[in-house]
Amino acid sequence: MALNFIRKFVLSSFLFATAAASAETFVFTAIPDEDETKLVERFRGVADYLSEQLDVDVRYIPVKSYAAAVSAFRNNQVQLAWFGGLSGVQARRLVSGSEAIAQGVEDEAFETYFIANTNTGIKPADKLTELESQLKGKTFTFGSKGSTSGRLMPEFYVRDTFDSKPEDFFSRVGFSGNHTRTLRLVEAGTYDIGALNFQVWEKELGDGNIDTDAVQVIWKTPAYPDYQWTIRGDVNDRFGDGFKQRVTEALLNLDNPELLESFPRSGFIPASNDDYEPIRKTAEEIGILD
Amino acid sequence: MFSSPTVRTSFIFLAIALVGLLFADIAITASNPWRDLGNFFLGIVTPNFFSSEGLMTALLRTVAFAFVGVALGGVVGFLLALIYRSLPVRMFCAFVRAIHELFWALIFLQFFGFHPLTGVLAIAIPYAGIFAKVYSEILEEADPEPGRVLPPGTGNITAFLYTRIPDCWVKMRTYTAYRLECGLRSSAILGFVGLPTLGFYLEASFSQGLYSDAGAMLILFYVLIATMPLWVRPKLLPVYILGAPFFLGEGLPIVWGNVQRFFTEDIVPAPLRNGEGLAGVTPWLSDLMVNEAMPGIWNTIVLTQIALVATGILSLLAFPLISNHFGGPIRRNAGHVALVIARSTPEYILAYILLQLWGPSMLPAVVALALHNGGIIGHLIGRQTNSIKLRADAITGFNRYSWELVPRVYRAFLAFLFYRWEIIMRETAILGILGIYTLGFYVDSAIQNIRFDRAMVLILVTALLNIGVDALGRYIRRKLALQTMPTC
Repeated sequence: MALNFIRKFVLSSFLFATAAASAETFVFTAIPDEDETKLVERFRGVADYLSEQLDVDVRYIPVKSYAAAVSAFRNNQVQLAWFGGLSGVQARRLVSGSEAIAQGVEDEAFETYFIANTNTGIKPADKLTELESQLKGKTFTFGSKGSTSGRLMPEFYVRDTFDSKPEDFFSRVGFSGNHTRTLRLVEAGTYDIGALNFQVWEKELGDGNIDTDAVQVIWKTPAYPDYQWTIRGDVNDRFGDGFKQRVTEALLNLDNPELLESFPRSGFIPASNDDYEPIRKTAEEIGILD
Repeated sequence: MFSSPTVRTSFIFLAIALVGLLFADIAITASNPWRDLGNFFLGIVTPNFFSSEGLMTALLRTVAFAFVGVALGGVVGFLLALIYRSLPVRMFCAFVRAIHELFWALIFLQFFGFHPLTGVLAIAIPYAGIFAKVYSEILEEADPEPGRVLPPGTGNITAFLYTRIPDCWVKMRTYTAYRLECGLRSSAILGFVGLPTLGFYLEASFSQGLYSDAGAMLILFYVLIATMPLWVRPKLLPVYILGAPFFLGEGLPIVWGNVQRFFTEDIVPAPLRNGEGLAGVTPWLSDLMVNEAMPGIWNTIVLTQIALVATGILSLLAFPLISNHFGGPIRRNAGHVALVIARSTPEYILAYILLQLWGPSMLPAVVALALHNGGIIGHLIGRQTNSIKLRADAITGFNRYSWELVPRVYRAFLAFLFYRWEIIMRETAILGILGIYTLGFYVDSAIQNIRFDRAMVLILVTALLNIGVDALGRYIRRKLALQTMPTC
């Protein structure tokens, strides 16, 4: 017993030491916008791919909230992150020199879908104003509090169109946590209406995971820029000259169909901080950013 | 009947809760809550212990964080207990224990990030405040007689070690063991904000409706707590305490610059940071108070008062389950199992489960708080009735319950209930993180928007509210002359 303990003790202190020594692991994270199993599967694939391309140890760490992803990036505990539009803007404001380096092909023109449980009898419309009388007083769920497609844009359009705060316009406003949950909660009728990332809807629909008799899309927002890979400005000092460029190229060249399908994106294209100006302005307008 | 102060107090609180119900948001919003609840129970009876490779590691980490956090909190708490007479020390302890473990974790996450220190301090700090208070109370009650018979010239430390400690040892040991159980619960829920403990996996499987996976985790957690007397042995404690720090996981390295930044920039109110000076602080603060603090305080109080009365009612209904005066051994054993499950499940996890099943409103929170706290008080009161000797020809059935037993334990019952008032409020605030509009909701929103200045003010408001309720609870207990030993 005692011997066994000493052995474990020595072994674990050794592990502790080696973990500290290999500090030059390139760590990245992602906003938890979907079911965790999906995220872990997706980003372990990305970690393996990047590790192969960059020739350094690459580690993905899962987090429980959008803010935790931003904080980890800001605190230099991760050097790269797959952010949404809003979380990316927040992160880049906090870390000078950080840059949006790549976005999905679909992220140039992203959309939010408003979905409704069919029991509400709400019919799809082209303009949100047409739905005013049908939506008023219903229950409504966003995704995460820090989400672009699940919170920022839908809140903006509700305020802009109906000229009132969501909590005044709807009888109950909730935050489901992520897009998959929004879909499940509206499908189950826990909320009458929800707003979610259109890619999640399309993917789940394609995979046959949506009961279309129970839930349907009732309105689509105009297009806006969304997800992107953002990297810290100081990675070259830490991982060698040209590292940022190599990460960018690796992401842009990612063409493994299975991995892309898991995002789901058809590929990655260059991005810049300026692409996200519309998001920053919208966030300031509704008071999420100071 | 109304001339009795205990009865009068009970009815006043009942009336407050009933008025609160008029303002409270109580509803089941899920369209098929019973089907989901059925699926959940199906998951519990068909547990899947091999769902996640990380499950055993998570269990190990849960135990490790609990041991390190409680041990550190215990040592610091003991030292503080020695100087507990000093007012600043008492105020400091009251303040640190008024802030919930999860709030502490959310604060440390901002600058230590995913380093084990975050979880350890989140447990150790509030626990040190609680230990200091309880240890000092135990030391106060020690028999002064042995000290008087010491020869003159005996040193203070020697006198303390040889006269006070032996007298208090058993009580302190019992309380510390009990705290360790609380520590396991705290450690488990830290996973909900991203630390590598059980809550991390529980949240993941629950949110995806993987009830068999979640069921397995809950069962393992119950087994862990129920078997504590078997594996927490005095001889093994040094091994656990020395070994635990090595099983916290490596996390990510701390960047010390972040700590400085947090204190010198992040929590400085935005108007000051942006150079608007003190003139800008007033509108900033009033906006925060009117739009977030006030609704948060209101909802926290309403929910607390309803949950307090629900807890009381449930405790009174639950204690016969384990009382020797009712039913046979089979029913009593079943009763014990039910109460162990109710009190071993942290409120946060219960509320999380019920919110998933019934949809968002105050109802899941009330039920969760009542089940957990009612389980604890029911257990304590039930045990107390077992020491009551009734006459051989005493009345039976409902009359025995209402005329013989309840009146005898009622004062003890109220003492426990008022003792837990502050604990219920602290939990109520934290349940806001799950989406109920109590103070925790606004704290979480501020953190999600990376506005730590606002979050800190709201956490401060929450702490002051808890300190206020704690003082009021103590005042009422003193007024009614109720005595109690602490519970967590």
